[in-house]
Amino acid sequence: MRLAVHKFASCDGCQLSILDCEDELLAVAGAVDIAYFPEASRRMEPGPYDVSLVEGSITTAHDAERIQQIRRESKVVVTIGACATAGGIQALRNYADVEQFTRAVYAKPEFISTLETSTPIAAHIPVDYELRGCPVDKRQLLDVLVASLHGRRPAIPNESVCAECKRAGHVCVIVAHGTPCLGPVTHSGCGGLCPGYHRGCFGCFGPSSLARMEPMTEVWRSLGADDKTIDRALSTFHVASEANAAERARLEADDE
Amino acid sequence: MSDETTRTLAVDYLARVEGEGALRLVWSGDELTDVELNIFEPPRFFEGFLQGRSCLETPDITARICGICPVAYQMSASAAVEDALGIALPDPYLQLRRVLYCGEWIESHVLHMLMLHTPDFLGVDDAMAVAREHGDMVRAGLKVKKAGNDIVNVVGGREIHPINVRIGGFYRLPRRSEIDALVAQLKEARPLAEAMLRWMGTFHFPELEVDVELVALKPEGLYPFIEGPIASTGGLCVPVQEWANHFAEEHVARTHALHARLHGEPYLTGPLARFALNFDALPADLRALSAELGIGPGERNPFKSLLVRGIEVLFALDEAVRILEQWRAPKEAAVPVELKKGSGWGVSEAPRGTLVHHYEVDDEGLIKTAIIVPPTSQNQLAIESDLRNLGTQLKVLDDAAATHRAEMAIRNYDPCISCATHFLRFERVFS
Repeated sequence: MRLAVHKFASCDGCQLSILDCEDELLAVAGAVDIAYFPEASRRMEPGPYDVSLVEGSITTAHDAERIQQIRRESKVVVTIGACATAGGIQALRNYADVEQFTRAVYAKPEFISTLETSTPIAAHIPVDYELRGCPVDKRQLLDVLVASLHGRRPAIPNESVCAECKRAGHVCVIVAHGTPCLGPVTHSGCGGLCPGYHRGCFGCFGPSSLARMEPMTEVWRSLGADDKTIDRALSTFHVASEANAAERARLEADDE
Repeated sequence: MSDETTRTLAVDYLARVEGEGALRLVWSGDELTDVELNIFEPPRFFEGFLQGRSCLETPDITARICGICPVAYQMSASAAVEDALGIALPDPYLQLRRVLYCGEWIESHVLHMLMLHTPDFLGVDDAMAVAREHGDMVRAGLKVKKAGNDIVNVVGGREIHPINVRIGGFYRLPRRSEIDALVAQLKEARPLAEAMLRWMGTFHFPELEVDVELVALKPEGLYPFIEGPIASTGGLCVPVQEWANHFAEEHVARTHALHARLHGEPYLTGPLARFALNFDALPADLRALSAELGIGPGERNPFKSLLVRGIEVLFALDEAVRILEQWRAPKEAAVPVELKKGSGWGVSEAPRGTLVHHYEVDDEGLIKTAIIVPPTSQNQLAIESDLRNLGTQLKVLDDAAATHRAEMAIRNYDPCISCATHFLRFERVFS
């Protein structure tokens, strides 16, 4: 299996998760032909690839072309992490006038080449699998590789953080401590990490497909969170996700 | 050679660095006329996003600038916000932050030493190829790296983008059982890290000398992580709050990173600088091992930063053990935080060098101004200066060898291009 790892606008953390698999890395490298992974190797083989892992969002015209080429030369495209699947935190620019504000404060805006939006990979090409998370969970990442080797579908459960939290035996921070928590509306993958550290989930894995945002907002309000706080909680790594954008619009309409 | 009068070496996509960069060297006849480290990684506008956000969000948001050194961002951000809010953290919290930082130095340094830099010295493409000849060393290094990651896991919650750092302390303090298991693991990693470093000490190091001023934090009698003041080999020694009186950033074409200068001149931060300025603060056994490896406070060969990182890995392993063995948990995971108007600076030693954060917040704790200056934008001019100084060496090498040597000189600094492109500022409207 020929594997490629591509980078777009991102922090490198998701592809670094591959190198953070210290116990499995040499076995993976033995089983997979890592044909293109510039962060790890000077050897950069041209396509075609069996599997392309794509990190980062599309923010430049050049990158919008590059992702088309990657799709043409890859049998399977898997997006890894919040930037690639949802546009990432840099999608905050989608809600501001980049050009006007860059010009206002930035010394020499003519040096900068950038699009006005940060968009997920799936807005540009068909994507075979999406791995959520800021960053991705390395167990899920390994499962994608193993699944590809064996020709099966990756086992990525579609449930909320609450389910994982219950299985981990954590005390519910909403019920026991009155701490606002995005767990009920957030896609699983982290293992219920934050409640295990006595803090509320802040949505690294983005809204789950089962998310019901209105009741979540009501719970947060009942715990004393004002609408600005709720708006900020929905405006981080998945600010451009449909469910978050819709709930923020509803909050804004409410306020007016 | 491509041409008798003009010769151009170009690397369109630098490998084994964090982020997207390119290199271009041009000679006219004998003279190296053009040196460009071109950072084309797209900007992500973090300083813009931060305006209007709550200062309490800075550890979580700024961590996302870099997946390789998120702890550094969390440390500088929380120090700056705590400075702005007038919070002086009691010692046990500062000690635990040092431990967390030890974890990041270990995992980031070993990643760079073993997987990004060593392949250069052995003339191979990657760590997988290193493992074919030196499997025992690669396995040892991976164990050390894992020990570093496990510190970040236990104290921070997870390796990449930890979740446990908050303004005023932490969300949850580590339990004694977690600490004991961690200490045992760190002690196991210690001999492996030393063996790896001694092996790297046998590599051949090309000649080169850094000719700019070196800058690092330099606390009294302590190898620095999060403690000021800022010092330089040129005699600078000022509190971190005075950063802007001495350093300035400029915007140049062909790069999406700003360049920083000290009193108008290029300077260097990072392992070589920390080592030069804080050598006396290292324990005696590490000073002795340094001498055995042929490095000391006067070391200016950037290729030997590999060995300095190795000494820092050993220091971080020992320091984490030292702190954890005597650490007693305070009663609360964090001190009380009161939001108010203020302005604060936070400077810490990221694996690659000093990371500067500055915030101005309003009386609701919302950010009015954010300035973030990461190590790579400070080091970029020094890297280009090294490339210029390499010119004579490169001239006699064929294109492939010269290109490789130049790439290696860049990788000496473990440049983090993802970090370096996040400073472009714009005002933003946050509804």
